[in-house]
Order: sequence, then C-alpha cells, then structure tokens
Amino acid sequence: MHWLQFYYRMIELKNIEKGFAGKLVINDVSAILETGKCNLIIGASGSGKTVLMKCLVGLFEPDKGDVLYDGDSFTNMNEDGRKNLRQQIGMLFQGSALFDSMTVEQNVMFPLDMFTKLNLKQKQQKVNEVLSRVNLKDANKKFPSEISGGMKKRVGIARAIVLNPKFLFCDEPNSGLDPKTSLVIDKLIKEITTEFGMTTVVNTHDMNSVMEIGDKIIFMHQGHKEWEGTNKDIIFSKNEELNQFIFASEFLQDAKDMRMLESKGKISEDRDMDKLMS
Amino acid sequence: MIKGMVSKPENWKLYWKELMHQCNEIGVRSIGIVVIIAVFLGAVTTVQTAYQLVTPLIPKSVIAVIVRDNIILELAPTLICVVLAGVVGSRIASELGNMRISEQIDALEIMGINTKAYLIMPKILAALIVVPCLVILAAVLGIWGGKVAGELSGILPNEIFNQGLLEDFIPYNVFFAMSKAYTYSFIISSIPAYYGYHVQGGSLEIGRAGTKSVIVSCILILLADYALAAILL
Repeated sequence: MHWLQFYYRMIELKNIEKGFAGKLVINDVSAILETGKCNLIIGASGSGKTVLMKCLVGLFEPDKGDVLYDGDSFTNMNEDGRKNLRQQIGMLFQGSALFDSMTVEQNVMFPLDMFTKLNLKQKQQKVNEVLSRVNLKDANKKFPSEISGGMKKRVGIARAIVLNPKFLFCDEPNSGLDPKTSLVIDKLIKEITTEFGMTTVVNTHDMNSVMEIGDKIIFMHQGHKEWEGTNKDIIFSKNEELNQFIFASEFLQDAKDMRMLESKGKISEDRDMDKLMS
Repeated sequence: MIKGMVSKPENWKLYWKELMHQCNEIGVRSIGIVVIIAVFLGAVTTVQTAYQLVTPLIPKSVIAVIVRDNIILELAPTLICVVLAGVVGSRIASELGNMRISEQIDALEIMGINTKAYLIMPKILAALIVVPCLVILAAVLGIWGGKVAGELSGILPNEIFNQGLLEDFIPYNVFFAMSKAYTYSFIISSIPAYYGYHVQGGSLEIGRAGTKSVIVSCILILLADYALAAILL
C-alpha cells in the first residue's frame, strides 16, 4: 500500500496494460497523479497517451492492472459505484464534444439538469458563474457551430467543472488552437486546478503547455512510462527518448544547449546573442 | 445492447423529454412522406385491380374489398415501414454515429449517464409508439386514395366503393397489421441504433453505417413479413 494513497483526490495507476488485436498499446504503466496539481501525460502521437487516459476514466477496461481513485479500485467497482465516481469527474475532450443540438447554455446546464434538483433560476445562475469563470460572456444562446475552437474548449471546460468535480481530465486541450489561445486555455486549466483543488490530468504534446502548467509530467514512449518528473527537471533530463521528443526542433536544441552552458557559468548575463547564434 | 438499455434513469424528466423529442423526430417528421406514399399506393391499387378484373361475373365492389385488404394486410404496414427504414433508420444511424465519432457519447458516459438507456431506449420506445400510428394513418389514407382514384377515373363510383369496404371485413386483419407494425417498429429503430452506436472511424464510416443499417432493416422486415404471415394467418 502506497503511503500517498492517504492523500485525498489522488489517482493511482498500478501496472496498467491494454492491447488491441493482440498488440500491446499500454505496457505496465504505474504512476501517481497528485492532488491540486496539473499532471501531464506527454508523448509523441501513437505513444498511448489517449488510450491511457481512456483507461483512467473507464472508457476502456485495462487488460491488466488497476486504477485507484482515493484508494478505491475503479476497475473492480460495481456499476453504481462507477456512476457515483463519474459524477466527480469532468472531462474536456480533444474536439470539445459539445452537443450539437444544444446551445452553449444548454450544454453547460445539461449535467445540472441530469444530476441536480436545482430550479431553473439556480441552474442559470450556476451556468453564468462557470461561463464567466472561463471568460465566456454573451455566448449563452449560441450553438457550438457558431463559436470558435477556443470558445468551444472553454465551453467544454465550463461543462466539465459545472458540478464541481474532484478530478479533471483534458485530452489534448490545445489541439487545433493558435499559440495565444493555447496559452489562455493552459492558464485557465492551471487556475481552475488550484482554485478548486482538483486532481487534473492533461494529455498533450504541446511543449508550451508542459513548461507552463506541468507540475508533474509523465512521458510515454511506445506504450510505456519512459520518464517522470516536473517541468523544472525536464530541460536537464538525460533521457535520450525524452530529449528527442522535446528537442525535436533545432531551435529548441540550441535553446537547451544555451541553458546548459548558462547553468555551467560559461555564458555571462551580458552575452552577445548574435555572436552565440552565429 | 438491449440488456445494457435496461436501467433506472438518472433523471426521469430528461428521459421523458428525450422520448417526446424522438416521437416528434420519428413520427411527426415522417407524416409528409407517409401521406404521399399512402394516397398514391391506394390510388394505384384501385386502378390496377380494376384493370385486372375484366370479367363482368365479378361485381365491381370486389375492387374495394381487394384494395382494403391489400392495404391493411400488406401495403400499409410493410411498404410504409420499408420507407421508414430508409427515412428514420438512416437518421438514427447518422445521429448516433456522429455522436460517437465526435466523442459526445463518451462525454455522456464520463458524466455517469447510461448512454444506451438515454440515447437508444427513447428511440425504440418512440418508434413503438408512433410507427403503428403512422401505419393506421397510411391504411386510412390508402383506402381514401383508392376511393378518390376510383371516382375520379370513373372506374368505381363512391357508393359501390363504400359498399365494397364493408363486405366481408375481418377485424383480425387489423390485429395482423398491428402485429406487423410493432415488429417492424422495433426493427427500424434498433438496427440503425446498433450500427450508429458502434461506428468506428470517421465520416465515411457514418455513411456506411447508415447504408448498412437500412439494408439490414429492409431484409429483416421482409423476413419478418413472411414469418408473421406464416405464423398468424
């Protein structure tokens, strides 16, 4: 029994394995996703991030291993137990997964309609509260097809947090967004995590997100956990696969080299950047 | 799939709202096509039956008897449901397929909602409620279409048609038609729901699921048609 299981709102993965058609996609992954922190699962496309997240939320059943929420085994939970737990989970999907036939307001109100006994006025108040929390105003009556990608993500976040969940999952929250909007979404996820004291798990391959919000980072490579650490450790990591992933571009490699030299005191504060770059 | 649908609703009010929505989508939105097809089916049946009955030994009121029984026993339930399999079936398959591909079904699952119960059950129940009503409407309009065609073309005056309608009427035929209607309602709602719910891939697969569900529904309707006729008649 891990001592951390006595933390509240913690998720623990124990030796998760998942395969499709005889091919192992997730291979023996164990990790602890901590409370009040942004836990990032990073890796290249096809590394198993999304499958791992779907195992975490129960959309896929792991072939082996277990997922523990606050020490309770999700895999062995009965249907009622799972239903109760799922009401404490919010998820932002890659494509936002908003209901096409509903307006923004109806989308956010849907979990309240389904699971609470609040009257219409109370529900509207709550919806306006979360929509203003995600900085989305004057969009209540619009349909998902009438709003931008960034706004859809914010509506997705608003819907995910409207029931005050303990756990927030975000699958590729920045996919298809410009760098500026990505930054806004990252900031929002970070703020919400801290504000509500949630356990947030973010699936991403966006290095900006990693550096911006990655309190804890799990690097997936070919279906297994290759590296684990924080955004402070990642730049100086000696893991070859991780370095290949994060320093895929020459520019980033140069930036890393410079930081390494800087850390060793070989570059002074008043460095001549033109000279160094040449 | 059927087993997974049977569970206590998370919120009765929302399930009821969804049922009413589906009744509107499946029933009310299909009225137009059902009216057009039924009226012309009746009209054509009258004209073609009169064309085949050339002997003066058979009274003209028999045309009305044939039109009535044909429409009640076969045309109203079977043909209308084959058309509905296309109209309603492709809509159900594409709606659920699109929800699956765009992760809307996953979003509902994550919220703790039984998606089979919330998305599929109301569609099947709605079909069981409204399709038999559409079949009754089609039977009535089909017979009326036959009567109008008989009068307009001068084949059969209204009085003789009305007289024929009352001749040798067997109420059991209505029961048989309703048995068909309920069986087909289940087929045209559950088969597309199955294919739509289990779509994997992209928009191409949604189209394929729609086509496949219509083909399978039509074949099953024809098989059930024969089976019911063999068992109940």
